[in-house]
Amino acid sequence: MNLEEYKGVYVFAQQVDNVINNIAFELIGKGKDLAEALGTEVTAVLVGSGVKELADQLAEYGADKVIVVDDPELKEYRTEPYTHALASVIRNYKPEIFLVGATAIGRDLGPRVSARIHTGLTADCTQLDIGDFPLTPVPGKEQKHNQLLMTRPAFGGNTIATIACPDFRPQMATVRPGVMQKRERKPGVKANVEEFNPGFTPDSKYVEIMEVVKAVSNTVDIMDAKILVSGGRGMGGSENFKMLEDLAEVLGGQVSCSRAVVDAGWKPKDLQVGQTGKTVRPNVYFAIGISGAIQHLAGMEESDIIIAINKDETAPIFEVADYGVVGDLNKIVPALTEKLRAELAKNA
Amino acid sequence: MKVVVCIKQVPDTKGGVKFNPDGTLDRAAMMTIMNPDDKAGLEAALRLKDQYGAEVTVLTMGLPKAEDVLREAMAMGADKGVLVTDRVLGGADTWATSQTLAGALRNMEYDLIITGRQAIDGDTAQVGPQISEHLNIPVISYAQNLKVEGDSVIVERQFDDRYHVLKAKMPCLITALAELNEPRYMTPGGIFDACRAEITVWGRADLKDVEDSNLGLKGSPTQIAKASDKVRKGAGEKVSLDPGESVDYIVGKLKEKHVI
Repeated sequence: MNLEEYKGVYVFAQQVDNVINNIAFELIGKGKDLAEALGTEVTAVLVGSGVKELADQLAEYGADKVIVVDDPELKEYRTEPYTHALASVIRNYKPEIFLVGATAIGRDLGPRVSARIHTGLTADCTQLDIGDFPLTPVPGKEQKHNQLLMTRPAFGGNTIATIACPDFRPQMATVRPGVMQKRERKPGVKANVEEFNPGFTPDSKYVEIMEVVKAVSNTVDIMDAKILVSGGRGMGGSENFKMLEDLAEVLGGQVSCSRAVVDAGWKPKDLQVGQTGKTVRPNVYFAIGISGAIQHLAGMEESDIIIAINKDETAPIFEVADYGVVGDLNKIVPALTEKLRAELAKNA
Repeated sequence: MKVVVCIKQVPDTKGGVKFNPDGTLDRAAMMTIMNPDDKAGLEAALRLKDQYGAEVTVLTMGLPKAEDVLREAMAMGADKGVLVTDRVLGGADTWATSQTLAGALRNMEYDLIITGRQAIDGDTAQVGPQISEHLNIPVISYAQNLKVEGDSVIVERQFDDRYHVLKAKMPCLITALAELNEPRYMTPGGIFDACRAEITVWGRADLKDVEDSNLGLKGSPTQIAKASDKVRKGAGEKVSLDPGESVDYIVGKLKEKHVI
């Protein structure tokens, strides 16, 4: 493999029902940083059926070029035709870096593509940099420059690892949604589009879609929520969760809970955060009446901002909270909801 | 019908995490469990055994002590256990791991391969789809429901806001979500039998159609630049105010952080 042949930062512009997922804009934003460090450009790869008109949106968020793979076989996401699309783009255009969102689609597609073209793939990255590998010179080992350094948590957030892919191209990563910043949108920018179709011939690897069932449940999976309002034993009873639901609604968030709440039968298990529940990383996590057992912390301490409300000032939750409020949740929460409602109405 | 379930012995993260000097995990130094998603995959296979008399083989790659996880699976009801263990396979990333398991699977009979979606140590969700690619068979990942109909499997495949009902002809590979089912417990009789059961142990030489250059640390395209215990973020601010001031404090922080 001649690594020098591989140029440019490419991102997979995920769309579903011909609506581009936010992760595409986030990847373009991060891709621009990497491309600037490398003196190259960002190309978005848009795959679907009837998707060409979406290309300008990618340009508005900074894509220098958009490769469109448009084919009726690509209408709904299926592993095989999408793998064929991306693997063919990679073989044809030889990108140096290829980024995919760590969504339910990207975490299926990325591995299959990387296996088809024989390169490394680093999952669920939360940080991407350009740098040297090894990080510091090691005697007897060539230090390569301008490598993609991919940083990710592992072991349920207990460790952080930085990974490189020095001998294979493209350097591939899936990137956790909501972590990278998209650039400011520049309305009216037109995309530099290149259409590419490698040809799609169904074979046994093309699975049959029998049914598409939307909106699995009324509530968004708490793992996908940007804002979580989580209640614990301190809520005192299932009826008191109404005030958390009100707060969550005002903020466009979801309600979750601690194990004690599930054990008490106040809330179902799929809302449980923690070691035996779900691991969540929302932008904001409200821990309300949650003492903060280590098993609970393991499931939420990666949250960007943690706000705790608890009457016990010695509660362990305050050890991880960015903003801790010692006080009576029954007084604070309803007042907070009202105040936020008023603030948001003012902004609207 | 023959089902192979790929399972992994994973460190119980409650016990803490230890590294070798080269930055790879020191698996020998940690307490272990059967990876939860894999256990759900095993349960799905055992239900096919209950329903259709499927033969269930569990396959794992790891240190010799990974035999324990095979015995646990057999105590739950799996028929056979295959352990792939060899020094030259150590330090593998997902590419080299999937190459290893695909090499073992080429020497096995299967209609259906089930893996967990992801392991709780690496959290990559890559090995299942990569195995399917090496074996050139269809994959359906994120399975939340699974049934067999003739020579096909029908699977509910979970996405962020929906699920697809997909039909794939066997042989194929499914990756299971822990939500797929509630795994059964080992039975006393099962434990008794599993202790005495013979485990098939394979090394590098038993892998079919795999190049040395695709195995172990040397065959891994990804390399660790740095690994470390996560620095826990310390406590932030803590205030004790009257309710009205508390509300103003929180709203102020949400504004400062551009949440509202």
